[in-house]
Amino acid sequence: MNRTLYGNLIFELSKKGRKGYSLPQDYDRTHTTAELPEALRRKEAARLPECDELTVVRHYTNLSHNNFGVNDGFYPLGSCTMKYNPVINEEIAAMKAFAGLHPLQPAETCQGALEVYYNLQQSLAELAGLSEFTLNPCAGAHGELTGLMVIRAYHESVTVPEGSPEGSHEGSRTKVLIPDSAHGTNPASAAVCGLEVVEVKSLADGTVDVDHLRQLLDEMGDQVAAMMMTNPNTLGIFEPRVLEITEMVHKAGGLMYYDGANLNALLGECRPGDMGFDVMHINLHKTFSTPHGGGGPGSGPVGVRKGLEQFLPYPRVTRPTPDPSRQGGAELRIVTAPANERSEALPLTGERGEGLSIGSFFGNYGVMLKAYAYILSLGRENVKMVGPLATLNANYIKESLKDDYLLPIEGLCKHEVVFDGLVDKSTGVTTMDVAKRLLDYGYHAPTIYFPLLFHESLMIEPTENESKETIDAFIDVMHRIAAEAKSDPELVKSAPHNTPIGRVDDVLAAKQPVTTYWKSIEA
Amino acid sequence: MSTPSQKLSTPLPTREGQGGGSAFKYFPHTEEDLQEMLKATGVKSVHDLFADVPEAARFKREYNLPDALSETDLRLFFEQLTHPLNAQQLICFAGAGCYDHYAPSVVQNIIERSEFLTSYTPYQAEISQGTLHYIFEYQSMIAELTGMDISNASMYDGATATAEAMMMAWGNAKKATRVLISETLDPKVRRVVDTYAHFHGVPLQLIPAKNGTLDREALDKELAEGGVAGVIVQQPNYYGIVEDYTGIADAVHEQKGIFVVNANPSDLAILKTPGEWGADVAVGEGQSLGIPMTFGGPGVGFMACTEKLMRKLPGRIVGQTLDNRGQRAFVLTLQAREQHIRRQKATSNICSNQSLMALYVTIYLSIMGKEGLREVAEMSYAGAHSLRDKLLATGKFKDTFPGQPFFNEFCLDYDGDLDALLTEATECGYLAGVKVDTVPEGSSSVKRPVGPSAPEGPSEGSHTLMLAVTEQRTPEEIDELVEIIKEHKEEEARA
Repeated sequence: MNRTLYGNLIFELSKKGRKGYSLPQDYDRTHTTAELPEALRRKEAARLPECDELTVVRHYTNLSHNNFGVNDGFYPLGSCTMKYNPVINEEIAAMKAFAGLHPLQPAETCQGALEVYYNLQQSLAELAGLSEFTLNPCAGAHGELTGLMVIRAYHESVTVPEGSPEGSHEGSRTKVLIPDSAHGTNPASAAVCGLEVVEVKSLADGTVDVDHLRQLLDEMGDQVAAMMMTNPNTLGIFEPRVLEITEMVHKAGGLMYYDGANLNALLGECRPGDMGFDVMHINLHKTFSTPHGGGGPGSGPVGVRKGLEQFLPYPRVTRPTPDPSRQGGAELRIVTAPANERSEALPLTGERGEGLSIGSFFGNYGVMLKAYAYILSLGRENVKMVGPLATLNANYIKESLKDDYLLPIEGLCKHEVVFDGLVDKSTGVTTMDVAKRLLDYGYHAPTIYFPLLFHESLMIEPTENESKETIDAFIDVMHRIAAEAKSDPELVKSAPHNTPIGRVDDVLAAKQPVTTYWKSIEA
Repeated sequence: MSTPSQKLSTPLPTREGQGGGSAFKYFPHTEEDLQEMLKATGVKSVHDLFADVPEAARFKREYNLPDALSETDLRLFFEQLTHPLNAQQLICFAGAGCYDHYAPSVVQNIIERSEFLTSYTPYQAEISQGTLHYIFEYQSMIAELTGMDISNASMYDGATATAEAMMMAWGNAKKATRVLISETLDPKVRRVVDTYAHFHGVPLQLIPAKNGTLDREALDKELAEGGVAGVIVQQPNYYGIVEDYTGIADAVHEQKGIFVVNANPSDLAILKTPGEWGADVAVGEGQSLGIPMTFGGPGVGFMACTEKLMRKLPGRIVGQTLDNRGQRAFVLTLQAREQHIRRQKATSNICSNQSLMALYVTIYLSIMGKEGLREVAEMSYAGAHSLRDKLLATGKFKDTFPGQPFFNEFCLDYDGDLDALLTEATECGYLAGVKVDTVPEGSSSVKRPVGPSAPEGPSEGSHTLMLAVTEQRTPEEIDELVEIIKEHKEEEARA
């Protein structure tokens, strides 16, 4: 990373008459867009930049020097699983033969692409202990929403037992139980899915308050569609009573949703399906090493236990049961939503329903290629070491830093550890300051001020890819910052000093929002 | 043609170990490291770190997965999968939401830079100016292309962006009873909007089409009844037709509703912008801006709106500000709308964007620039119109929607067995378009298009073919496709 700010906008490099592209000129010009009625054409040309190729290349290369990625250095951003993104996966995903496939080309012409899709579905099902996966969701939050839709579709399909009070039907289960320690996306996804959020309290040790859960189920069990859980939870702690919890919710007729954000901790040791979860999503961009790309594209496959497969969205990729009388494996098929004639009366869910659909095509296929390549590279013998090594790294950090940083909950953590700021709060140095000072030392900051259970949360997730040397150096710097907080608190409070820019004025940005170049030149 | 499945039935290569003992290339822990770290942690083995996992939930067997592949074997495996029999590279005349446009070499090269590729969402502005800066440029370009005031940092895809717009309209309305959606919207997108609306509790009402365009009489009738939170249309519509939406915005605004235009950004070099149509929200799929098809994803959804709706816009937004050294800097802003602050009261559950694809689009638009995007549009338009002339001249096709202006995609009714024609084209290396399902003549409903070819796909007897042409299609390819179809005609005649 470069310490100097590269500040130009591409628009500021534009000069009329320059161009950065070349297109063939030998085409049939019998028709031009001038044929279109004027009422259908834009009045003025879009003010896009006019630049030569080298200017564009330098501009974006210079911009990249003001960015920090996993390849630049340690990125202990809790809850985000910033593991190494293997280079070979990029090579595979960029293969021209995949790039050139149209999603609507006949299934018999793209069996290789479907093979990856199908095999990844199967691999995830094995790793999760579930029956079937859809790869359609484009991100973790998209997966959460899809999973909740599947749950609601299931409830809508269930007929109530005879003798139930009049007017009751399973589709009216609209409450979702969410621990107060959950990621913000859980309640947000529930709301988008038309569900009402009911918070389940946490105990002092950060785990679910099972007594409170029981009380809630007693009160409203017949209205509960599902409970959403992350395990290990957002504090990095394994919920020891998970089996009891899933049993209680099932007994009340609700389903258990597993937020796969923290799945990395469990690879090799434990599967969501075996803990009693019915529906889950996996972040391929966390657990399965696909790059975060500055915020996407990700992929959030959703898996379900046996009996819920029919509620997964379309399109699907399936392999019909092979005909034993014929040689060779059966061809993979693309199954689109049932082709019933559309009418307003047709329900979306239920037996006669159209089925769910959450994207135009198959999802972020390019991301799936990388995840499948990763699974094949690891193989059965290495996949099982992911959780243990990630967990070892986190516990090693926990034990090494708890003298200077306040460890609110003793005991084993899983893949990440949460501190509540510095032990010594008298200097006034906050978690924010520590995070900013880390940037000066060439590290990305941990996740800060989440989970909300503590005031000064500092959440560190090292992943299994980091060496002891890297972690020791980080621990050393964390201790050094704690010492600086005592000896020279201003140095820490005014950090960062060695980055392209200093701390930014968030208030100014929000008060008078300037979100385009056009607005900025007006101002 | 031999069946690719036979080619693929070869099992994965299996090797004992990776060479060099038990070490694995992505795990740096030596035996010595492990012992030291375990000691510091106070446990004997890594499995003891899971002592808190109940016995009954422990995974005790081996995963049923293949053994680890070396990089060499991994390459061989994917080469086998991409053998021409298994991943046929067809000359693409299909569109229906995914287009084979020119992808400049520069773009792919730059987006692979690890500083962009391996970074997270730009929370730490001080070391994320690269990402924040290009998102600001992206937002500026999308706002300019669509003619809107403000764009978010991008969405998953065009379909979910449209669904988000539907929910935005619903959330914005005070006393609405429904959202209206045009039947000329891509049915795949409509299905996604349907799904979201069903669970979000938004009554959707379909406004039928007439000769391939939105039935204005039907729309006016619905609007007159009141209670409309929003109207969603597509431009060019699913069938490639450029519709005239004059007057709709005013009528919707009279109801205090929101007018949503789903647009193809590539065509916006020429076509009237959503802003010029009076739209409050513009959404769409950005794949047509040079993003490779890659079997349908990743693409990128865009979403832009008027300043008035700024605080209701879902997704990430980057704004300009100053740092404490007085430098212009960029930062994630207006976060009070978002899930990590508002939880269930957020405008959406979206907590990321499709950042790298937004970068793709930004570099693409920088390379193509003002003139390049227009040239792409002109070439695509010219190619599509030329192909249509030639296909009509074969005498085997009829105009599906007579007299309607179109851009680079169009529908024709084939006078014969369309499945046989498409199969033959595929055998010649051409993806000759997408079959569109039909309904009996005289029905008020439009033809219902269906997705990928499959047993559950278009019903037998459909005659409508939808073709798309981009600047990638050469005059020779256009002529060859026409020849294939002509020859096919002769074969049919002989039979």
